[in-house]
Amino acid sequence: MKYINATIDGMPVSVLEGTTIMEAADKIGAHVPRLCYHPFLSTEGACRICVVEVEGMRNYLPACATAITEGMNIKTNSPQIRQTRRDLVELLLDNHPKSCLTCDRDGNCELQNLAYKLGVRERLFEGDRKRHPIEDSSVSLIRDAEKCILCRRCVRVCSEIQGVHNLSQLYRGFDTVVAPAFEAPMDDSVCIKCGQCINVCPTAAFIEQDATELVWAALDNPDLHVVVQTAPAIRAAIGEGWNLPPGTPSTGKMITALRRLGFDGVFDTDFAADLTIMEESHEFIERVKKGEKLPLITSCSPGWIKFLEHFYPEFIPNASSCKSPMQMESTLLKTYYAEKMGIDPEKIFVVAVMPCVAKKYEARRPEHYLKENVPHTDAVLTTRELIWMIKAYGIDFLNLPDGEFDNPLGFSTGAGVIFGSTGGVMEAALRTAYEMITGEPVKELEFTDVRAVEGLREATIKVGDLDVNVAVANGLNNAKTILEKVKSGEKQFHLIEIMACPGGCVAGGGQPLVYAGDYVYPLYPELIRKRQGALYTIDERKEIRKSHDNPYIKEIYKEFLGKPGSEKAHHLLHTHYEAKLPRGIK
Amino acid sequence: MKGLWGHPTCINNVETWANVPAIMLYGADWFSRIGTSNSKGTKVFALAGKVKNTGLVEVPMGTSLREIIYDIGGGLIDGKQLKAVQTGGPSGGCIPFDKIDIPVDYDNLRSIGSMMGSGGMIVLDESDCIVSTTKFFLEFTKDESCGKCLPCREGTYRMLEILERITSGHGEMEDLDKLERLGNAIVKSSLCGLGMSAPNPVLSALKYFREEFEIHIKEKRCPTQRCTQLVTFTIIPEKCTGCTLCARRCPVSCIRGFNKKPHEIMQEYCIKCGECYNVCKFDAIEKI
Repeated sequence: MKYINATIDGMPVSVLEGTTIMEAADKIGAHVPRLCYHPFLSTEGACRICVVEVEGMRNYLPACATAITEGMNIKTNSPQIRQTRRDLVELLLDNHPKSCLTCDRDGNCELQNLAYKLGVRERLFEGDRKRHPIEDSSVSLIRDAEKCILCRRCVRVCSEIQGVHNLSQLYRGFDTVVAPAFEAPMDDSVCIKCGQCINVCPTAAFIEQDATELVWAALDNPDLHVVVQTAPAIRAAIGEGWNLPPGTPSTGKMITALRRLGFDGVFDTDFAADLTIMEESHEFIERVKKGEKLPLITSCSPGWIKFLEHFYPEFIPNASSCKSPMQMESTLLKTYYAEKMGIDPEKIFVVAVMPCVAKKYEARRPEHYLKENVPHTDAVLTTRELIWMIKAYGIDFLNLPDGEFDNPLGFSTGAGVIFGSTGGVMEAALRTAYEMITGEPVKELEFTDVRAVEGLREATIKVGDLDVNVAVANGLNNAKTILEKVKSGEKQFHLIEIMACPGGCVAGGGQPLVYAGDYVYPLYPELIRKRQGALYTIDERKEIRKSHDNPYIKEIYKEFLGKPGSEKAHHLLHTHYEAKLPRGIK
Repeated sequence: MKGLWGHPTCINNVETWANVPAIMLYGADWFSRIGTSNSKGTKVFALAGKVKNTGLVEVPMGTSLREIIYDIGGGLIDGKQLKAVQTGGPSGGCIPFDKIDIPVDYDNLRSIGSMMGSGGMIVLDESDCIVSTTKFFLEFTKDESCGKCLPCREGTYRMLEILERITSGHGEMEDLDKLERLGNAIVKSSLCGLGMSAPNPVLSALKYFREEFEIHIKEKRCPTQRCTQLVTFTIIPEKCTGCTLCARRCPVSCIRGFNKKPHEIMQEYCIKCGECYNVCKFDAIEKI
């Protein structure tokens, strides 16, 4: 590799060939303002906010998309450049609704932040504004094209990270809009509802469907017994709502806050995660014994499941028939728990707090209804929505005493906790499957080979005499890579864990948004690692770290379910999937 | 960046390709003898507008606009006065009549705020309004904006809005500064050639014909009467015979009056279509 010498703002820099002006300027602390740029997505060069002056060039050049060449003399600042950047941001504001005060992203909007930082204090060019209806056909998310500033981060994340290619730009010029093909409603598109578009959106052009009103109403209804379950990843991120550093475990405070909100029971999805492991390990061992339908592919991530149904229906038999932990927990709350407490299941209102917007969709899948109009999960809140509810209720989160989950559906092992991270389901499954297969206790509980932030990991685990080939993929483009390998016969796997979101649930589409500005981006491995760290710390500190050792799991099998894979377990804890092919194709 | 099917790919205009066989047949030296020191060969222009002979003309680089317009084009229709020449198509600039003696080549055109561009050459005469002409060109580039980069997508739209304000009598003097400020930002920061040149017609017109913009704004008047919204039609009572023809032809029925009595135009309803002006046999309608 060759080094290139150039000058930025009078400072000499020496950078590797191919380095962009922005990367080089960042290194010397000259932060060029930017908007469409995202370090983990391809370069778009569309917003032009990062323009800089290069000696000898007639026009300004975008710092994000221009590689430094030998002897380049770059100025990142001059009155003219600052003026141009201000004018550009002003042009964006002129075509943006003036609803900042009532916007979901108020205070955490990159456009707002940029306008403030660049000093846009007047509006000279105001005129007509684009008009689009709010598209709320999807149960998971809302597309508000009026707030869209056409940075196309969502288009890029949808294709480059998730491989879904659902979003693209339609029409041209001033009429350009980002939408699914033919401007189809989101609900009628191949959108897998992962919500990564929400995470990367600098404004509120994508945002989750609000469920808080439904939950407030249920909490206020004296006839309803309102219970809540929280996914593993919530406790690792909820503190960020109060500016705690990412990865601060806040389980106890979260539980207390939920009780103060008025929930009659506070349960842990991690319990159902342990149960998932029991069922899935059983399923895995059965398949290994029979040597059929391998590899077994995990089914906890509803985004991944919709992706499977759309794009890889041939792998449907391979997917574990286990319901996701959320659905298992909800089902048990409306059957086992209802029975135990003597409450009419129709009077139980189950709220699930999830790091995910696809869960809102999963909860409304027709398979997940107790009977007509009675879903197992009544409402799904994202971490963001819960944070807002706690704030709206006036709860001083940071000074709350620690609480405990209710039992029996609130006790979990370390294995259940790590579900929230990529590789976690795999590790938890291996801890149990290992013992089920060999009959011996696992010597080393931490299967570090499957722990990673990277999108793709393959490993071979020795389980007794058996070499178990496993793969962990997060981000659906990585899932594609693995599935194509399986399809071509290049590699034989026994077990594959797939999570739709890069980094797993800790970086899901419902997690707290990264603070806009300061050049921190969602999808940052550092952020994901910190949130994962919180879960692994909780796991480490747990006395019981294997799902099959969970005393309440043993109890529920003894009292209610029989044994893993029993008929009752099958009826309550398993589901099925259907190919979702384009219309007209059977 | 990759070419078609991953191979190096050459994309050029037809005119460029058309030069290749001649250069290969007669050699580069032969080709270089034609034209100026920095612009070699010949150039095809699409001569259009208010000249007698319109069509495609091929001239050696360095030929003056005067030769093209008056010798080849045969001068202006009806012997009218030349006002400006828009070269380079909708992204080019307008060159005022007093600059038509400069030899046409790449550098010279750029130095006076226009460009070679598509080779379009539109001749404007004294009856053409420079403001509405630039508005027409900007409408085209606004429509052609692909929508990817911000300056071109949003900026051309705003510039067009301002021009529409000016031609409809709602312009303010600050609008001229806004046009220049926006135009320069778009030129400097757009992603592709379209955006980088889209404001050219406006910027060059502001440079050479600022006064005409100012008349539109300050006096709410279009000197060429091309901006219909700035035109007022009134009936001169002394000349009106009350024949009722204009009243019958008015598409919005905004002319009132009795038979054989002077008529009156109700200005608040007038859509300035000019029909009354065209049909009056007594020159009783005044266009201001």
